[in-house]
Amino acid sequence: MKEQLAKIEREALEAITAAQDPAALEELRVKYLGKKGELTALLKQMGKLSPQERPAMGQLANEVRAVLEETLELTSQKLDAQALEARLKAEAIDVTVPGRAPKTGRRHPMYLALDEIKDIFVGMGFTVLDGPEVELAELNFDRLNAGEGHPSRDWSDTFYFDRDSRVMLRSQTSPMQVRAMDSRPLPIRIIAPGRVYRKDEVDATHSPMFHQVEGMVIDKGVTMADLKGTLNTVVEQLYGKGTTTRFRPHHFPFTEPSCEMDVQCHKCGGVGCPTCKGEGWIELLGAGMIHPNVLRMAGIDPEVYSGWAFGMGLERTAMRRFKIADLRLIFENDVRFLEQF
Amino acid sequence: MNLSRKWLSEFVDIHASDKEFAEAMTLSGSKVELTHDLGAEVTNVVAGRVLSMERHPDSDHMWVCQLDVGKEEPVQIVTGAWNIHPGDLVPVALHKSTLPGGKKIEKGKLRGVLSNGMMCGLSELGLDERDFPYAAITPAALLNDYHPIDPEKPSIPLGVTPGHKLFGSVKAALVTKVENLGGGQFTVNCDSGGLSHTVTTTLPNIHEHDTLALDVEKEEILTLAGLHAEQKEFPHCIPDGIFVLQEDCQPGDDIKKVTGLDDHVVEFEITPNRPDCLSVIGLAREASATYDVPLRLHEPLVKGGGPGNLMELLDVETPDPDLCPRYTARMVRNVKIAPSPKWMRERLRAMGVRPINNIVDITNYVMLEYGQPMHAFDYRYVKGGKIIVRRAVEGEELTTLDGQLRKLNRNHLVIADETRAVGLAGIMGGENSEIAADTVDVVFESANFDGTCIRKGALALGMRTEASAKFEKGLDPMNTLPAVNRACELVEVLGAGQVVDGVIDILNHVPHQRTVRMDPDRVNALLGTGIDPVDMYRYLERVEIVTREKNFPNGPADVLVPSWRSDVEGIADLAEEVARFYGYNSIPSTLQRGETTLGGYSEEQKLEIRLGAACRSQGYDEIITYSFISPAWYDKIGWPADSPARNSFKILNPLGEDTSIMRTTTLPSMLDILARNYNYRNKDARLYELGRVYLPGGADGLANEAKVLTLGAYGEGFDFYDIKGAVEAILRDIRAEGVHFEAASPQVWGDAVAPYHPGRVAAVMSASEDCLGFVGQLHPAVAKNFGVDGALYCAELSFDELMNAKGADPVYTPLPRFPNLTRDIAVVCDEAVTVGALEKAIRQGTRGLLREAALFDIYRGKGVEEGRKSVAFSLALRADDRSLTSEEADEDVRSILQALERDCGAKLR
Repeated sequence: MKEQLAKIEREALEAITAAQDPAALEELRVKYLGKKGELTALLKQMGKLSPQERPAMGQLANEVRAVLEETLELTSQKLDAQALEARLKAEAIDVTVPGRAPKTGRRHPMYLALDEIKDIFVGMGFTVLDGPEVELAELNFDRLNAGEGHPSRDWSDTFYFDRDSRVMLRSQTSPMQVRAMDSRPLPIRIIAPGRVYRKDEVDATHSPMFHQVEGMVIDKGVTMADLKGTLNTVVEQLYGKGTTTRFRPHHFPFTEPSCEMDVQCHKCGGVGCPTCKGEGWIELLGAGMIHPNVLRMAGIDPEVYSGWAFGMGLERTAMRRFKIADLRLIFENDVRFLEQF
Repeated sequence: MNLSRKWLSEFVDIHASDKEFAEAMTLSGSKVELTHDLGAEVTNVVAGRVLSMERHPDSDHMWVCQLDVGKEEPVQIVTGAWNIHPGDLVPVALHKSTLPGGKKIEKGKLRGVLSNGMMCGLSELGLDERDFPYAAITPAALLNDYHPIDPEKPSIPLGVTPGHKLFGSVKAALVTKVENLGGGQFTVNCDSGGLSHTVTTTLPNIHEHDTLALDVEKEEILTLAGLHAEQKEFPHCIPDGIFVLQEDCQPGDDIKKVTGLDDHVVEFEITPNRPDCLSVIGLAREASATYDVPLRLHEPLVKGGGPGNLMELLDVETPDPDLCPRYTARMVRNVKIAPSPKWMRERLRAMGVRPINNIVDITNYVMLEYGQPMHAFDYRYVKGGKIIVRRAVEGEELTTLDGQLRKLNRNHLVIADETRAVGLAGIMGGENSEIAADTVDVVFESANFDGTCIRKGALALGMRTEASAKFEKGLDPMNTLPAVNRACELVEVLGAGQVVDGVIDILNHVPHQRTVRMDPDRVNALLGTGIDPVDMYRYLERVEIVTREKNFPNGPADVLVPSWRSDVEGIADLAEEVARFYGYNSIPSTLQRGETTLGGYSEEQKLEIRLGAACRSQGYDEIITYSFISPAWYDKIGWPADSPARNSFKILNPLGEDTSIMRTTTLPSMLDILARNYNYRNKDARLYELGRVYLPGGADGLANEAKVLTLGAYGEGFDFYDIKGAVEAILRDIRAEGVHFEAASPQVWGDAVAPYHPGRVAAVMSASEDCLGFVGQLHPAVAKNFGVDGALYCAELSFDELMNAKGADPVYTPLPRFPNLTRDIAVVCDEAVTVGALEKAIRQGTRGLLREAALFDIYRGKGVEEGRKSVAFSLALRADDRSLTSEEADEDVRSILQALERDCGAKLR
């Protein structure tokens, strides 16, 4: 019997290790270990053994079974691993074939630039205001210290809806300063982006409609140094830390002192190049301390309160940011243009 | 405003490069646009004297010249020009020199003869005859240069010999000698066949051995015009050649110095509040303040003594004193009209003004120097010796100096004599009183006119001139007298005439000096600085704003503002003056202090952000379109001519018809962009814009500016359900509940749906049955109106309605603990029954177990009768508290089927 066991073990092990697939393995399991299997059949003959032989033989038979079961298991695992490997190999694909991305739309580049600016100011406690584009000349001009006779009031510069030049298309977002002063409690910190209109023929740098963002702060003790500090912070966020700026005296009817803010040309670092027209600086925005007359007209005492304001063109900012050479592209809305942003 | 640095240096000493100067002036408030070195491109070009000339051995038209260029050895230069003679001083571009336009000159051989450079004409130096009127060339017709148009039939015999009669008394004559007298004058000896003649001429192209056409009776050498010849018959007798200098210079002198090209011009952008800076003196004052160096002003000195008495010669009346605050005039007699001297022409040219003649040039010179527009007119045309500054009569006509006939009205101010207007005050003189070559007596007008009147007058006539541009900004009335005196002084300096003693000076408005309270503490508080008060007064003094005592106190004080600074009115203006010279960039950068404010976005702004993101997630790109459109666009979208929706804000002064009214609909703007992309052959486009419409009826006579979310799309395979799906997704994104779509018929919705395909447009309805807008395919005729032959799709959604329809924040509902049972049903109904109606019936038929009904098939054809369709839904049923039994589900479905049959006549298939 011992020999028989050894023979079964030998034959079975040989067969199991030679098995090529799980089905063959299962067949072998049935053949040797199944109810009618060879080992089972042999064990049924145990009864014929003497009681003295039985334990030793029983132990031996169990050992053989254990060996076979373990081998079956290991072989099965090996075959599974092989099968998986084969499958994975068969399933290999060309990962360089383009993916199937759902098409998503793009934000217009002008609004991309505006979004950045809005986020910066909202983070500094500014409220975003919206206002009318069909505006009263009183708010666009008179209340901003540009009285009768100011050249920008001319019909050659500004669009009007009535002969009395009372209702017009706002030529700047600055009337929002007046609307804010008239409607909001002090202190005021607002920005107001939107469309503005001027009588300019369309060319690479002009459009009769474009966008500006206005900003204004009114509080007690507001200084020109605050204006500089705030706008410098904004520019650092827009153009990166270490961006160099400068402030130049300028003139606007509704601010005094007035200034324009330049950033050092990113392309040449201030040496002068075609991008900055050789100046080394690129004009960014106009700003200034709110003119005492403007505060007074809004019923705010310039002896108690002071404020600063700025206005900046958004198309120009976007064009600079994305190196767009021609303003007409902004309003042409060619999808080949739009989908670059 | 251009500024010649040479001219500037007459008033202030600035030792700085153009770049440094531009930077400093810009930072103190006079923005420099660009700087220009007039002679930057001219190098190694010198004056040279022609020593000798020989005809080129191998050319019929070139000369080989030896020139003294200030070196030990003369240089040899070959030229094709004929207008030079030994003794002439000419510009010589030496070997390795450069000329305007990047031209480089090097030595070389011309037909085998070495040429060590080039003699230059005016244009080669970037100049023209206006800069040097004496350099104009009129050539003689040289018969040895005659090239007949038709070689078979020459009108002058070739090889004509001296004495040959050309016509009348004109004979061919051989030049035997030419003497260069200088100053463009020559003595020519010639022989007309035995007879010798000596003729003095200015025709500069005649040399020994030339044959010319001589009128032997008049002893006059004929030009091409005299021979009635065409230029191509005399190809080398041209009105062009070398620039023969009549300047005080030596061989070897740098030509830039000789011709004034050694000047540098700085171009300023002057803000409208500083008209005083539209002058050399004004900018000199700014430069002196910027560099803190002295300003040297010059007091005009007029000798006078001209014949006559001014009071008898001239009388001035100003019947409209408010329009003419000041009128100052002087007279010059026995004027000699001539070109002005080189220094004056150079300065005018550097400032961008064309020299004309001495008198006109003087008025321009003074205008540039003082910023005071001047006008000179011919006294003989001032009828009655009386000047009246009055409003024009309605319909009065005047031909201005530019030759245009101007029709005037009451708003124009004219300079008139007793009978007629002779000039448009402050804008342009009249042709009828223009300075001419035979002008004898001149009136110089130096006046101050009302800025608004001049601005409106110029604008109405569409003729903004240099003078009107200055007047409209409001000039200093104190400037008229020094300016007119300066003009008279220049007349005397130039020897251009005799100045009559006395000045007519009518002062209708006596300006008194403005006083402003200066408070250093307030200036520091406004600027955020700690500038020493004494320093502040020193800064102000640089621009001549001083205390009465001209001291520098350590506290508040009154300061006097000079007459030319009408822009300085209050403390904020003084703060700016202080800041300009303290330096804007020296002001510290501090962060906002004070009460903090909570910034952020309003609910409307948040919805805008959200809608944009939703559109983009659906693949739609954002566009920006003009708010103003053409009224013809309403026709293009099929709105009837009498549609009330056409009631738009009309721009009275539009750029053009295309941008003349404020849109009341965004649809045509979107269609225009779709069409543009379509015509650019972009395969597909999906676009959105959140833009405004401008409806009449807002507060204060303004517009009601409602926002509209507009979607537009086209492309292969794109259909109605694609754009509707995008709308549904957007509505889902803002959690609008209960929104449904209804077929939108024109009978119900009117013009709003007129642009759409009548069978393919839906009204988007909110749960409360408010219309959010429309979605549909555009009417093929409308698409065609925009030049598109394919299908276009659009949706228009009212932002205000979207705001109303927007859902609340979501509340969590527990996930189902029991499974769904699904039942698929297919019902047959009439073609006219909509899926919407079937869905409604399903929702009404359920006994409460239905969770979802999803359409999965619509079938027409075999097995379904004609005119009917089979519609299949997948129904999901569920209870939240138990597992449904099959029987329960079937019972609910039976109820649904009953409702379908009852409400829609739909039977289970």
